[in-house]
Amino acid sequence: MTEPRSSWPLYEVFVRGKRGLNHVHVGSLHAPDDEMALRNARDLYTRRNEGVSIWVVKADAITASSPDEKDPFFAPAGDKVYRHPTFYAIPEDVPHL
Amino acid sequence: MDLEREFERVVAADHRIEPRDWMPDGYRKTLIRQIAQHAHSEIIGMQPEGNWISRAPSLRRKAILLAKVQDEAGHGLYLYAATETLGADREDLTTKLIEGRQKYSSIFNYPTLTFADVGVIGWLVDGAAICNQVPLCRTSYGPYARAMIRVCKEESFHQRQGYELLMTMMRGTDAQKAMVQDAVNRWWWPSLMMFGPPDAESSNTEQSMVWRIKRHTNDELRQRFVDMSVPQAEKLGVTLPDPKIAWNAERGHHDFGDIDWDEFWQVVKGDGPCNAERIENRRKAHEDGAWVREAAAAYAAKKERVA
Repeated sequence: MTEPRSSWPLYEVFVRGKRGLNHVHVGSLHAPDDEMALRNARDLYTRRNEGVSIWVVKADAITASSPDEKDPFFAPAGDKVYRHPTFYAIPEDVPHL
Repeated sequence: MDLEREFERVVAADHRIEPRDWMPDGYRKTLIRQIAQHAHSEIIGMQPEGNWISRAPSLRRKAILLAKVQDEAGHGLYLYAATETLGADREDLTTKLIEGRQKYSSIFNYPTLTFADVGVIGWLVDGAAICNQVPLCRTSYGPYARAMIRVCKEESFHQRQGYELLMTMMRGTDAQKAMVQDAVNRWWWPSLMMFGPPDAESSNTEQSMVWRIKRHTNDELRQRFVDMSVPQAEKLGVTLPDPKIAWNAERGHHDFGDIDWDEFWQVVKGDGPCNAERIENRRKAHEDGAWVREAAAAYAAKKERVA
């Protein structure tokens, strides 16, 4: 019996480990719809209390930067060292700075 | 050419290759083959132990066994997901497994005859798997390494529950102790075979080491496993079925006897005790589940039309 390839869409799963933390990508899964994706994600990625909140997003809804153009894409930040606090020389004896 | 140099630089620097990076075709193919085989092993591996869920001797043991088998399913899914980041398709891999075009670990072609086998699988089979898998947490392909980190965390529960089960039986009646020894006798050699053929005959090892897919050779990992298991067997009070096991102070390792590689190849090629049964069960589960997958997809399509 042959079935259509990947008959269920791919979802990416993000889990908030505990209150106060960001959701972090943990992996992916296939599910027929959003609701089932959420339930499958619970069973697959939080069997040991790994999370307090889950996001699921259809993989094709994600827009990603391409690794090939990594250098030019991130270049605008490369030469702006003045955005970092360590760029500025302040005498040691100035308090609270 | 630049892309290839960049790939080699990242791998040599022990950094990770990520899904959308350029990679050589051979690297991609090797990874898909290895990760799929690993995923299939987890899925087929549910069967030997699943065999004892309905007959576990207590509710406690049943709950533990259920959790363990559920973990194996989870491990299979993490790994199938990792293959999909390489362009493989899970449905297609399942078909290849069912049609015998892709392999799984030969260890799961041995039967689980008594409940002691559940304990020995946890101790020795999962122990050998951990030896194999811990170095893979640092494998060069990011999604594979991350899947292995999750798997290893969960495997340590598997190994400890197995050892604890055996300790409990070894405190029991003579019949129970004999059952444990019998299970150890049957599983010891197949566990050593889990590390694959000797280095001299392992066709994929060299390239996989360069690509840092593999971090240690089969023989290195097998030796590590023997060294770990000898004191554990002593503590448990069982005898490993190999009279040649002896500490070799010069090497700083245990010597051990020759593995029956004819048996290994026979099982790999499909003539193990349970090969046909395992695949048949997997096929049946897949086909019997077809209507559920179709119904869920139809429901999703209907909701989409209404919305």
